[in-house]
Formats: sequence, structure tokens, C-alpha cells
Amino acid sequence: MAQAGNSTARPVLEIEGITKTFPGVVANDNVSLTLNQGEIHCLLGENGAGKSTLMNMVFGLYRPDSGIIRVRGKEVHFEDSGEAIAQGIGMVHQHFQLIPVFTVAENIVLGNEITRGAFLDLDTARRQIDALAERYGLAVDPDATVGDLSVGEQQRVELVKALFRDADILILDEPTAVLTPGEVDDFFEVVKSLTQQGKSIIFITHKLREVLAVADRITVLRAGQVVGTTTAEGATQQSLANLMVGRDVVFRVDKAEPDPGESLIRVQGLRAQDDRGVETVSGFDVEVRAGEIFGIAGVEGNGQRELVETICGMRPATGGRIEMLGKDATGWSPRKINELGVAHIPENRSKHGVVAQYSIADNLVLNRYHHRKFARRGVRNGAAINGEAIALVEQFDVRTPGVDVAIDTLSGGNQQKVIVARELTGDLQVLVVAQPTRGLDVGSIEFIHRKIIELRDRGVAVLLVSAELDEILSLSDRIGVLYRGRLAGTVDADDATREELGLLMATGTTGEHS
Amino acid sequence: MSSVGNANAGIGRAAGQLHRLLTEVWRLQPLYVSLYAILLSFVVGGVLISIIGVNPFTAYWALLRGMVGGGEEIAGSVARSVPFIGSALALAFAFRAGLFNIGAEGQLLAGGITAAYVGALSWMSDLPGIVAIPLILIAGTMGGAIWGGIPGVLRAKTGAHEVISTIMLNSLVLFGVRWMVNSRDPVVLRDTDSTVPRTDPISDTAVLPELVDSQPSLHVGIFALVGICFVVAFVLNRTTFGFEVGTVGLNPHASHYAGINVNRVIVASMAVSGAFAGLAAASEISGTNGFFQPGTFFLMGFDGIAIALLARTNPVAIIAAALLWGSMLSGAPLMQQEADVSIDVVRIIQAMVLLFVAADAIVRYLFRVRELDQSPFKATSIEGAV
Ligand SMILES: Nc1ncnc2c1ncn2[C@@H]1O[C@H](COP(=O)(O)OP(=O)(O)OP(=O)(O)O)[C@@H](O)[C@H]1O
Ligand SMILES: [Mg+2]
Repeated sequence: MAQAGNSTARPVLEIEGITKTFPGVVANDNVSLTLNQGEIHCLLGENGAGKSTLMNMVFGLYRPDSGIIRVRGKEVHFEDSGEAIAQGIGMVHQHFQLIPVFTVAENIVLGNEITRGAFLDLDTARRQIDALAERYGLAVDPDATVGDLSVGEQQRVELVKALFRDADILILDEPTAVLTPGEVDDFFEVVKSLTQQGKSIIFITHKLREVLAVADRITVLRAGQVVGTTTAEGATQQSLANLMVGRDVVFRVDKAEPDPGESLIRVQGLRAQDDRGVETVSGFDVEVRAGEIFGIAGVEGNGQRELVETICGMRPATGGRIEMLGKDATGWSPRKINELGVAHIPENRSKHGVVAQYSIADNLVLNRYHHRKFARRGVRNGAAINGEAIALVEQFDVRTPGVDVAIDTLSGGNQQKVIVARELTGDLQVLVVAQPTRGLDVGSIEFIHRKIIELRDRGVAVLLVSAELDEILSLSDRIGVLYRGRLAGTVDADDATREELGLLMATGTTGEHS
Repeated sequence: MSSVGNANAGIGRAAGQLHRLLTEVWRLQPLYVSLYAILLSFVVGGVLISIIGVNPFTAYWALLRGMVGGGEEIAGSVARSVPFIGSALALAFAFRAGLFNIGAEGQLLAGGITAAYVGALSWMSDLPGIVAIPLILIAGTMGGAIWGGIPGVLRAKTGAHEVISTIMLNSLVLFGVRWMVNSRDPVVLRDTDSTVPRTDPISDTAVLPELVDSQPSLHVGIFALVGICFVVAFVLNRTTFGFEVGTVGLNPHASHYAGINVNRVIVASMAVSGAFAGLAAASEISGTNGFFQPGTFFLMGFDGIAIALLARTNPVAIIAAALLWGSMLSGAPLMQQEADVSIDVVRIIQAMVLLFVAADAIVRYLFRVRELDQSPFKATSIEGAV
């Protein structure tokens, strides 16, 4: 492995021989890593490799079992994150920690309030926020309510919040997982300007392309251990993926020609509203046949969420018609649609996909707990549920110490695998998936993509909604672009180009008549 | 220093084992906080007693003898405790569905008046006890279920928060029954032969048999209420309905996604909750009072809240918590008699128990109890079990 070249580099953060165990898991095993002044250091690793755990220790949220952490050469033992913040460490978590009903300014000052007498001095805070925003190119409106912001904007708020507390060591845990491609580019501009001003950054991501674009150095974790440290120049996507997973990863998805059968989903003139009563799906039509994958591309916020929820019965249609497997399913309940053979991988994992406090086993039967196999005359059959769970955990390679641990102790990626395992099991004929691989490592993405194609080949109609253009392009047989709640155009996947799709996504037309 | 650390780690590990045993093997939630809260309340209560110039040990000794000093005291204490089981279950069950039912006070009244009305119907005396007794219990249960179900329906249909609507319904039923029982013109449910306002006595056939002639008398109703606790534990832990209730309580969005009819679960949970209060009231009407008087259930619903929280909404632990609660009240008069300490001191101790259970950070800090379990009042801690 090539070592970082710069010998004058000054380490601002040194992690030495850190070990951390949870009941049944060694999350970090003798991990060492140094972060130099002004460097972007990427931390890579499979889901559950221990990245978040390691960073949570640096940020004072967990205490290591053994090992040493030094900040600017001085050994530290943080009791809580307040002490880490005092040492100039800031962290943007994988799951945002903002309070939706507060304004941006209130969220930013929270826990670090500027006061005048007994009153919150929001004016001063506002001025400081504006100054920070200007300095680093982080546009945020201090008076906007956080709940109304897009994920990209919330991300910026998290960053400003860290900077507001004078962080010069920034930990960014999968900041780009939820961003659109345009937002990612902006984000990298910001990150680069931060390092130019002397900040040092640890950046966790699963997107290898990003790693190669921004990293100075890269450390790869596998099963809690460091398996290599390298520079961006010395690495390729393939070499990093192989290092992470420990085997050859195939990036290209191989799939046979589609053999579409009868139409299983037929949506006509569908209309639906978001939670605030604004119509976001305005006359959407689509037809998906058995044995094909129809991909829906589009910039997030063009009605994807409402579209998927309405098709799956979770949100009332305010107009139009939904036909599933030849039946008029408009206005059906989620249960009724599910029992027809429609599976749904939801976009929002923690809100809809899992019950955080439930065990993996209970989450695996979340929508089937009442089936004959798992319950008789209303009494649940624990043995059958556990048996099913053990089989699925094995089959879908969920990394967990057991099926009876609460699902929120799993890494984000492994939680997603539990959802996928639940939804792809059983007698399904239609699959509706939204962002199926968000936050997953390359190996898991490969696995889930193969599963989806397998289902297609078995004659399942798949409706795929994804913000990841690569995912849409590599999986879909036909691609539609969702623009302002309507289908702006449908293209054959073989003829589709990134440029054409990009134009459709941005403007809703290709510029010419088709 | 490090030996202290080791000892701490050892205690932590032992606590972890106990936690595992309690949650996974016995399926009981850890009750340390509750136990320490009781201890702490008695200590503070003792300080209070000495401030008023009484030796707290004398007072507590009298209290203890009043609670469990002899067979009759024990029976009286148990009898006093039984209805609290129902009012505590009313809170606990709804709590599992994520609902805060503070309407047990009103649900008791609704159940009690219904039971008294049905029990006093003229044809009841023609029925054999084996029919009449279940009938009066079912009547009370239904009365409570309807009164609990209304806020459930309001919540499901209009989004009205159950805390507000149960408070309103408490007042409504309280003044409603008062009027029904007081009014002479027109006569609604008042027993016109009686000088005190109360309903007609229930038929002899509808009276629950007595077990011990204590004060108050211990009757067969105890089997119904204790039995229900185990049934509830079974329903919550082992049935599909219990799974639905728990899922809705923990994550209504995921429940909706998973095909659970969230509104139906909300209405059902509130109705079932109210049913428990109604059953407790009916059992008291039938076994203890023989008629309905508005004051009978005064504060019993609110005590149920405290008991349920003390038991951390675990239905089996509710039995123990209710026993403690009822026997403290039952033993207090002896303390007043012998040590000249007002009964209200027991009430103050009970209020402190509730305070310490709710503000469990105080107890955790004082007794170094780690947040091993999820407090029902707070978000999960990040570190979890370590
Ligand atoms: N609080 C906890 N209790 C028990 N186990 C935990 C806890 N937090 C993490 N783990 C376990 O530690 C391991 C590492 O998890 P971690 O969240 O650090 O992974 P990660 O590398 O961040 O993965 P991802 O890319 O999916 O976010 C996993 O096996 C996880 O199940
Ligand atoms: Mg993580």
C-alpha cells in the first residue's frame, strides 16, 4: 500500500489501537488511523464494518474498550460529545439530529445558545450564521423551518451547526447518501473550501466514485479491522471494492433480454397530495408488465414519494385509477394490496420500513405476522417466526449477532437488508421499490440488484424509483422520467443516455418532439 | 481507582445479566427504578415525619402493622388493592398502543353506574347467580369500554388528543352520574328510600361471594382482576392483536405501511382499556358496595396511572404495585391512630413515588442505575446496553 506522501503533514487526530465490542459483536478491532491537518480522509467499509462506531467514539458518544485517541497530540478521554465539541470536533451524523419544528437558526444555536440576559440572542446568531455561510459557500436561510427543508439543505444546516461551534476536525458520516447528483457536486465544493481554510475532514461514504474524486487518503475497514490505507492516486474503484469486500466485486449487472408478459400495474391519470395538501402527483400514467423493470428517474421532490405511497395504498388517490394484476385497486388498503402479491420496499427506512425497538425477527414478519405460518387463531408462533428469521438472515447475509436483537443496533445497511429480505420473500407478482440501495455498500448493492433481476426473470413486474441514475440505467428495461408529478417521457433503457435523461429530469422535455 | 472501575464493571455485568433474565427469560421489564423510587419516597417521607416531631420508625411500624399485621389486615389490604388493578391496566394497555388514557376515573364511573343499573333491574332477582353475576360484570365492563372507546373514536376520526378528550369525558360522566344519583325530580337512578344519594341496591343474585369478612371485604372479584392481568400479558406478548397494539404504539407509520389498520387498533385499545376500569368498578359494585355512590371511585383512576407507571406498564407487575398501593392506604389509619401521623402523609409518599418514577433521572443518578431499559417516557439512549 502506498503511504501518504507528505512527510511534513501534521496529525490533528490520531486513533491508536481502538477496540470496541457490543454484546456479540466486535465492532472495532485494534483500529488505528491518523488524520492530518487540511486532509480529507475517506473511511470506507462494508455495512457493519464499524465506521460509525469508530467515529462515535472520536465524538465522545461511545467509550472505547481499549486504545488511545489523541487530538493535536494530546490524549483525550471524552465522557460525552460536549467534551469532543470543546476540542473542536464536529460530527454530521448518518441520521440527522435536527429538530424539525425549530428554525435553522434555533437548531444551530441549540446547546450553544448565545444569550443576552435571560433571552436568546438570535440576531447575533443569525449574523454569525450568515458570515459562516458566506465564508464557506453554505447557503442556508436562518429563519426557515427545518422541517420544510430538503435533505440537501438540512445537510448544510448540520454542517453550519458544526462550524458554528468552531469545529476544525469534521466527521461526516455518509453525508452524500441522501443527496441528488447536483447537490453532491455543491457539497464537494464546500468540503474543498473547508480544507483550504485548514479544516480536516473524515468522510464516510459508500460511493467509490466520490472517494476517488475528493479523498487525499483512504482507510478501509473490514469486519472492524483496518485492511488498508492508501491514497486516491494509488486506488481504483475496483481495487477499493475488492479491498472492502474481500473478494472480486462485479459492477456491471448482467441481465438477459426482458420477456415482458401481461400488464400487471396500470396507473392512469393518478393524482395525489403531499402531507401539506399540495398536489404533487398530477396525472401520472404508467404501465408495467410482468417480467420487466420500469425505472422512474427524476430529481427528488417531483412526486416520487407520494406516487409510490399512493400506488401501495398508503395514501389516498385524489384522482385517477390504479389497476393491479387486472383488478381495480384504487382506494385499497395497504394490507389488501399486499395480499394481492404486491411487495413494497419503502423509501424511508426508519419511518416506514422498520420498528426500531423490535427484534430482527419481528421486523422480518412485520406485514406477515398474521399469516397461517406465523400465527394460529390469533396466537403467534414464536418458533416459526424465529425459524423464518434465521433462514432469511442467512440467505440475505444480514450481519447480526442473532435474530432477537433489536434492529436499531444493526448498521444502516444491514437494516436495509432486513427490509429487502422481508419484501422479496413470499409469493409476489409486483414489486414497488424506492431507493433500494441507499446507504448500502458495493457488495450489498450487487446482491440486491441481482435479487431484483432474479425476480424480474421470474415474471415479477418491478417499478423502481431511484435518485441514483446509475442504478436506474443498469437495472431498468424501460425508463420514465418523473417531472412535476407527471411522466415527462419514456425511453428504452438501451437507447437512454445520461445526457438525455438529465435534460428530461431538469426541464421535463428533451427539447424536441417525440 | 481501577479496582473501583473493575467493581463497577462487575456490577454492570451483573446488572446486564439480570436485565437479560428479566426481559428475555421472565419477560419482565426491569423494575429497579421503581424499587428505588419507593425506597427513596419512604426515606423522604420519614424525614417529613420526623420534622413534625414523630419518630418515623414508630410511624412506619404502625403503618406496616396496619398493612399486614394480621390475617384481617392482610385481607383488608388485598381487598382495597383489587380495583386498582383494573384502573392501572386501563392506563397500561393504552400505553402499549402509544395512547395516554388518563380517563380511567371516568371509565370507572361509567362502568360502575352501568353495573349498578343492570344489577338493580327487577328481573335480575329471577336469574340464578351463575347468570346474574357474569351479567353485572359484563354490563360494567361494557360501560367502561364504551366510555373508553369514545376518545378512541375521536382520536381516530378527528385526531383529537386522547389526553384532552378523556379529561373532558371524566368531567362529563362525573357530573352526569352525580345528577342521575342525586336528582329526585325527575328520579333517574336514585334510590328514593335512601337518605343518602345512591342507586337502588342490586339484586342478591348479582352479589359476588365474599371470601373474607374483612374491612373492606375480600370477595371473588379478585380472581377476575388478577386473572385479567395474566390474560393481558399473554395478549400483549403472544397474540397477533398484541403485536398490532405494540407496533402501533412504537411506530404508527410503519404500522400503516405494514397493513395494520391503525385507527382500528387505536379504537380497540382505548375500548379494551376502558373495559378494565369498567370491570373493576362492576366488581366493586357487586362484591363490596351493592349499589352505586358517586364518591366510591374518587381518585381511583388517577391512582391507577401512578400504579401503572410504577409497574412500568407491565401487567403482571401491576398486581404487585396495586397491592403496595392499596395496602398503604389500608394501613394508614392505624398509623394515624397510633403515631398521630395524618393519613395524608401516605398520600404524600405515594405522590413522591410517582414523581421519582416519572423523573427517573433523579433515581438513576442517586442509585447509579444505568439506563439499561427504555424508559417509557423518553427517547432511547444512544449507547444502549453496554
Ligand atoms: N448500540 C449498539 N449495540 C449493539 N451493537 C451495535 C451498536 N451499534 C453498532 N453495533 C454493531 O456494531 C457493528 C458496526 O456498526 P456500525 O454502525 O459502526 O457500522 P457502519 O460501518 O457504520 O455500517 P453502515 O455503513 O451500514 O452504516 C455492527 O455489527 C452493528 O450491529
Ligand atoms: Mg454507519
